[in-house]
Amino acid sequence: MDNLLSIVTFLPLFGAIVLMFFLRGEDEMAVKNAKLLALFATGATFIASLFILQGFDPSNTGFQMVEEADWLGGLTYKLGVDGISILFVMLTTFMMPIVIGASWKVDHRVKEYMIAFLVLETLMIGVFLSLDLVLFYVFFEAGLIPMFLIIGIWGGKKKIYAAFKFFLYTLLGSVLMLIAMIAMWYDAGTTDIVKLLNHEFSSSTFSVLGFQIIGGAQTLMWLAFFASFAVKLPMWPFHTWLPDAHVQAPTAGSVVLAAILIKMGGYGFLRFSLPMFPVASDIMQNFMFFLSVAAILLTSLIALAQTDMKKLIAYSSVAHMGFVTMGIFAFNQQGIDGAIFQMISHGFISGALFLSVGIIYDRMHTREIAAYGGLAVRMPAFALIFMLFTMANVGLPGTSGFIGEFLTLVGVFKVNTWVAFGATFGVILSAVYALYLYRRVVFGDMIKESLKGIADMDAREKLVIAPLVLFTLLLGIYPALVLDIIGPSVEALVLNFETAVGAAVTAAPGN
Amino acid sequence: MMPTIILFGPLLGALIAGFGWRIIGEKNAMYLTTGLLFLSAFLSWILFFGDYDTVEIITLFRWVESGSLSVDWAIRMDRLTAVMLVVVTTVSSLVHLYSIGYMKDDPQWKKGESYLPRFFAYLSFFTFSMLILVTSDNLLQMFFGWEGVGVASYLLIGFYYRKPSANAAAMKAFIVNRVGDFGFALGIFAIYMMTDSINFSEIFTQGHYLSTVSFSFLYMEVNAVEAITMLLFIGAMGKSAQLFLHTWLPDAMEGPTPVSALIHAATMVTAGVFLVVRMSPLFEYAPGTLAFVTVIGASTAFVAATIALVQNDIKRVIAYSTMSQLGYMFAAAGVGVYQAAMFHLFTHAFFKAMLFLGAGAVIMAMHHEQDMRKYGALRKKIPYTFWAMMIGTLAITGVGIPLTNIGLAGFISKDAIIESTFAAGSAVGEYAFWLLLAAAAMTSFYSWRLMFLTFYGKEKGDKHTHEHAHESPMVMIIPLAVLALGSIFAGMFLYGDFFGKNVFAWFGPAVYVNHETNTVLEAAHDVSKWVKVSPFIAMVAGFLTSYYFYIINPAFPKALAARNPGLYKFLLNKWYFDEAYDFLFVKPAKRFGHFLWKKLDGSVIDGTINGIAMGFIPFLTRAAAKAQSGYLFHYAFAMILGVVGLITWFAIFGGAR
Repeated sequence: MDNLLSIVTFLPLFGAIVLMFFLRGEDEMAVKNAKLLALFATGATFIASLFILQGFDPSNTGFQMVEEADWLGGLTYKLGVDGISILFVMLTTFMMPIVIGASWKVDHRVKEYMIAFLVLETLMIGVFLSLDLVLFYVFFEAGLIPMFLIIGIWGGKKKIYAAFKFFLYTLLGSVLMLIAMIAMWYDAGTTDIVKLLNHEFSSSTFSVLGFQIIGGAQTLMWLAFFASFAVKLPMWPFHTWLPDAHVQAPTAGSVVLAAILIKMGGYGFLRFSLPMFPVASDIMQNFMFFLSVAAILLTSLIALAQTDMKKLIAYSSVAHMGFVTMGIFAFNQQGIDGAIFQMISHGFISGALFLSVGIIYDRMHTREIAAYGGLAVRMPAFALIFMLFTMANVGLPGTSGFIGEFLTLVGVFKVNTWVAFGATFGVILSAVYALYLYRRVVFGDMIKESLKGIADMDAREKLVIAPLVLFTLLLGIYPALVLDIIGPSVEALVLNFETAVGAAVTAAPGN
Repeated sequence: MMPTIILFGPLLGALIAGFGWRIIGEKNAMYLTTGLLFLSAFLSWILFFGDYDTVEIITLFRWVESGSLSVDWAIRMDRLTAVMLVVVTTVSSLVHLYSIGYMKDDPQWKKGESYLPRFFAYLSFFTFSMLILVTSDNLLQMFFGWEGVGVASYLLIGFYYRKPSANAAAMKAFIVNRVGDFGFALGIFAIYMMTDSINFSEIFTQGHYLSTVSFSFLYMEVNAVEAITMLLFIGAMGKSAQLFLHTWLPDAMEGPTPVSALIHAATMVTAGVFLVVRMSPLFEYAPGTLAFVTVIGASTAFVAATIALVQNDIKRVIAYSTMSQLGYMFAAAGVGVYQAAMFHLFTHAFFKAMLFLGAGAVIMAMHHEQDMRKYGALRKKIPYTFWAMMIGTLAITGVGIPLTNIGLAGFISKDAIIESTFAAGSAVGEYAFWLLLAAAAMTSFYSWRLMFLTFYGKEKGDKHTHEHAHESPMVMIIPLAVLALGSIFAGMFLYGDFFGKNVFAWFGPAVYVNHETNTVLEAAHDVSKWVKVSPFIAMVAGFLTSYYFYIINPAFPKALAARNPGLYKFLLNKWYFDEAYDFLFVKPAKRFGHFLWKKLDGSVIDGTINGIAMGFIPFLTRAAAKAQSGYLFHYAFAMILGVVGLITWFAIFGGAR
């Protein structure tokens, strides 16, 4: 199959089109069919994506299964996959059927809901597979639209505020990235990412209005991309949109947001910032370290003070993404391996945590921690699942959460012990807020009258969360499943980075 | 093959009991986990009597591979592993058996609630994690077991999840341990940085090299081996409840008593000692860290013993006693006699597990009353339990014939430690010697206090409870009997191997001693007679004081406390560690978190960005107000327009280029 990547990318969109034009009516049957069709489309996409995995050769560090075609006048449509991107694609296709399964109880404009998610899937896969700047930008930006709709239409009480915040933050970052992309095209004469990866952007210092710009053009472009990715990931202090968006988003929206969408930021650093602007990345290392450790420590403390379950988990996500940026900017194998691993693992864990919150929210219609207590009495299965993911979130060895944290910390320790020290301290804090949450929600006696009739997880809920249980444990015990795939590509990335930085150092006038 | 069965038997039991009990039934879940544990214990004893001249490594499968970091799941079989296997599986199997009786009809649960399979699954899971820890051949797998036992401990301390105090204790245990793990983890990172490996077989050869190099840690140039061992020891302090990181252990007594016996006395809390001994090839080159270990160990032994003097809860007395005895083990390791540390770890497992299980039998007989002031005169009513406790007390206080190797387990192993600290001849050794001696006297005092208050004197407290006091079923007595045998004979039988003539041959390569600089063990055999007799004298002094306080003149302790209210309160409140930590760490962290959220996130960050946006938002909201729910579509539309515009721009100008 020569166009496997395109098939995987557009299969969900195809499902959305079918839904849009061929499914009529508002009756129960139509609603059910909409759900089934969405499930089928995402399931088929996942199966199709398995062929990518099967055909992928980890030892080849270049792009594979590349497709190239002319697009609207002079633009190029180019897709390809490498060791950095493949697992993000797999994460997306893997999570989407779960997301649809978790949306089974949606009863408001179901057809549109499913369409929004299917379109979103296409756009997310597109982001990870694009090998052309324009194409990437289109996918990257267009992804906001369905997410907007999901928060805005199916969201909670304060969806307006959350949507504004989401919009404003992301827009600001994206505009800067766009400008940088134009500059890149102007400089390199191409929008082909493969060519751009081999293009050397100028890193010689120049001065603007008396300011010395160390790292020159690279630094400026790096900062522009940073604006976009730092908001997306999100990094401290650009994170404040995330808790609000999570709180207002419906369960499935939160899962997509936490599991996949925010990973685009981390992916962006790996795809653009490091390989294309190595000198600037090197210059910015300590800046990134500072923000990462600030994220880990400060947002962990903030999580401790939360009274809303979703907010707490959202803040914990920010802290976990701190490990990602820290690992990436360690510029070594363990750091970047760990960062990618952490992103994949966080996809499962945070997804499962939001699903868990959704399960009890569906029953009690509140996210207030104080409204719960003693769930273990009536919900033993839930107590077990939630315990597992709480521990995974804390980074317990044996779960995937540990491997990512451990590798990033090992990697960064070699570079900067202060950073490792601070980040490792964050591991203590994560235990504090996570166990504190668990204790207030699940443990204790069941005193509140309102909870006395609460039912345990049903078969559908168990089925939806089961794959996440499986992978969280499997990757914790046998992480080679991920590390074998990303290893060679990461090695090449690190090597190229070191070469580029080394060359810049010797070329510098001081030497 | 055998180690693999020992290791995975308990895991299998945990999984079947935990997930399959509805199929096989509650009873079978209990019997299955217990049976598998006895199988593991049996095989462990076979391994214990093997020879370990060389280290055998059984690789199971790959684990983490990233660049030069390569770690497998593997079992390392040597003498240390064999000793720990025996300790863990023996105590665990007996505790499983005992729990069949103890956990039946637990009053914490309502009728019809199935808590038994969960309890046994947790116990077996704990055992599995502990076995992973002790069989590990690399630091990462050890860390896996290390955290695994932490989780099991957390789950079991909080087993009565309805009780707020149990939940608080469980959380505290996990979090305080995490503070220690923080050090442990940094130690692992440092080892990897310096040696490019975290596998024992590779790092153990690097001890000398590491002592000659340094690295920069937090702007300080530190000697590699000193820094690494110090960080690892911080981990050990957390797990083994050493001073400053000990506050979780007494609270952990909220868990069911068999849990206290297994986890918080015999096995998990000794993991820190095991870590230090396991890492002896590095610690041997770190005299600074070793001195620190000695000081912390001896101080812990002393402080814990002082607190134990005045506690009234029977389990808390034994908990502080455990903490104190762990201090002894560290003191021994600190002066370089790792073998004595292991010896005491081994014997202590028997008599401390027995004391806890005996206390459990007392608690059960007294309808779950734990306050010793409400006991008294129980020796006739629960004679088996009494005798078990008596043997345990004789063992822990160190009864034996001075200047010979005839005595109960604690006599042999504790004296070995005290002699070793003296033989070290260093300042810290001397510090440890005197503190441990004082602790030995106090150990004797509080142990006998426990015996006197519980089994002698008059009946105190609720009359009805005393009338109904009854002996425990055989399923609980048998484990006590087995442990009693161990408490009596373990010291005498294994003296030669653990501390006497065979010691170096017996341990083989498992324990590294740098014979050029460390001859403490040999010297310990030749210390003066007064040193050898001194622990015995301390023991007798403690016993006599206790006898006077609680048998001859029972009004005396109260009067003494009334005369020294400050000191009494200071000890009763455990040197105010909890209060200090609450004031220094817990409350500020909560306040700071709240501040960051409301002020930094809310006012500063959001305030700035929203302020900038203020010109923009009103315009949009006005537009949005017109079309009530459709306003988001407007956004979407605007964005699509933007994207299309961009594409057009590129199409026209990009194509032209």
